[in-house]
Amino acid sequence: MYQYDTYDQAMVDARVEEFRDQVKRRLEGKMTEEQFRPLRLMNGLYLQLHAYMLRVAVPYGTLSARQMRMLGHIARKYDKGYGHFTTRQNIQYNWIKLSDAPDILADLASVEMHAIQTSGNCIRNISADQYAGVAADEAADPRPWAELLRQWSSFHPEFTYLPRKFKICVIASPEDRAAMRLHDIGLELVKKDGVVGARVFVGGGMGRTPMVAPEVNPFVTEDELISYVEACLRVYNRYGRRDNKYKARIKILVHELGVEEYRRQVAEEFAHMKTLGLNPPREELARIAEHFADPAYETGLSDDLDRSDPDFALWVDRNVAQHKQAGYAIVNISLKPIGGIPGDASAEQIELMADLAERYSLDELRVTHAQNIVLPYVKKAELYALWQALEANGLGEPNLDLVTDIIACPGLDYCSLANARSIPVAQKIAQRLASNGKDAEIGELKLKISGCINACGHHHAGHIGILGVDRKGTENYQLLLGGSGAEDCSLGTITGPGFDENGIVDAVEKATDLYLAQRTEGERFLDTYRRLGMAPFKEAIYG
Amino acid sequence: MKILTANDLATGDVVWWAGDGWSRLLVEAIDTGDKGEEIGKHEEIARHVVAAYVVDGEMTADGPRPAHIKERIRGLGPTVRPDLTLKPEASDLTQWVI
Repeated sequence: MYQYDTYDQAMVDARVEEFRDQVKRRLEGKMTEEQFRPLRLMNGLYLQLHAYMLRVAVPYGTLSARQMRMLGHIARKYDKGYGHFTTRQNIQYNWIKLSDAPDILADLASVEMHAIQTSGNCIRNISADQYAGVAADEAADPRPWAELLRQWSSFHPEFTYLPRKFKICVIASPEDRAAMRLHDIGLELVKKDGVVGARVFVGGGMGRTPMVAPEVNPFVTEDELISYVEACLRVYNRYGRRDNKYKARIKILVHELGVEEYRRQVAEEFAHMKTLGLNPPREELARIAEHFADPAYETGLSDDLDRSDPDFALWVDRNVAQHKQAGYAIVNISLKPIGGIPGDASAEQIELMADLAERYSLDELRVTHAQNIVLPYVKKAELYALWQALEANGLGEPNLDLVTDIIACPGLDYCSLANARSIPVAQKIAQRLASNGKDAEIGELKLKISGCINACGHHHAGHIGILGVDRKGTENYQLLLGGSGAEDCSLGTITGPGFDENGIVDAVEKATDLYLAQRTEGERFLDTYRRLGMAPFKEAIYG
Repeated sequence: MKILTANDLATGDVVWWAGDGWSRLLVEAIDTGDKGEEIGKHEEIARHVVAAYVVDGEMTADGPRPAHIKERIRGLGPTVRPDLTLKPEASDLTQWVI
């Protein structure tokens, strides 16, 4: 894992003291809310439906056990005993006191963490594949690049006041586990003739105008990647719309210019950038990469597992992924217990996961955009002991990528922007389809729920998506089918008129019933939908 | 009725104008008539609260009930965490909100 150098630590420490002074002045009346609001947002502090909410950055979703333990400590000491892992690999606390915020940031800084750039029209937390560094199919490790991008984008003076927020994702596998093409910039590291470079996709996103990012450049060498990304941002910063926040994201600029013209302008800017010598020196990337060197894996370990406990075997089949190193496994901890709140974890659970990472996963954890946790370095011989500990603490749900592994935004239960509640709908769907056993029968089905058009719950990218809307003061839910955030990226299509809270649960079950009746061998829900089209699903749902 | 709500500046807690100050209990909210915005501005300047705004509501046998579900959830707490609401012992919370 990356460890702060003196510059990183000094920057974060200075920001804590700066914010401490700003909070003091606000509470003393030396600043109005209008003056204070942008300052608190720059430190991840929102004012939400019930209280202040603090969003803490988890760079590319990677955490040490010590950092995870601190997240549990914050949940217990400053919040109401829990935290919410988000769809951008971060964590949010829902019940923060303004007067506590500087102390929380100081606690975070003590473990090399912060909440900087988790809000505002700047480059947000860099996201990445949660299997980075341990996936068997990756062209390179995305983490050094994600870290370099983090350093480059932190307090970047030119990009602190962009037209709108800006999200970058880095992956390096053909299998996209991070919804890369639904980011403002998506980078896929690839090898060409033995040389590592990146495919660059620009202008993806969800929200009220969802778009899949088109490829702007098929191969940018690693030496020039930072300046190419900078050129992409410069064109956006210059021409992105600032007059209308709903048209201010880079996807609108790329769409309105057309990808050819945008590409041309970026190439022009890139040619200029090359004359400036702004690419970081190779030594800096090498210095960062040293932090992500493979650990000293034990060799000669067996890949055999004792599968005599059927519950354990089921969990292995569903939640454990192949590791690049023989004898090791990647473990997914589901934060989606049936009937629970997607992405929530208690202080005790957070601390337990920290302990387990220390004991079984070389001190490291990852947060996934699907609101689950990954232990990336578990010896297969220790899987059973790990599973028993998880199972005993409500963390052993064997449902990764099933219909009950639902992404849901906080919705109207917590969010002041939401129009409808997301969590109760997720709970009802999971309970319905788990109680009648259909979840297992259905297999992979990614269901995603947003409580408003801002799409924090990624509803556009769900095989089944649900969007909560406000219809004359009451909650109403639209159903979408056919989305995907993976390498077969696509946007869902609305089926028709919306439903109330119980109606949407029925509609989801009708859609899955049709799938079960119509699927062919090996077809996922998404495959069947794509083969059959919308018509039979509409008939099943509304007929 | 017109109900004035805000967040306590220092703690962020949801509060309701109770006539002689702010209450964390929606049941103590009063009808502010046409004075709500003025009171809210004054209280913001006095640094007692932040983000004050007025909502429509009605007086019921159970007390003031905001017209929109958003403020009903603000008044009660998240429907998915009844243990954190102002009435953790009540079993029909969701019905009240909806």
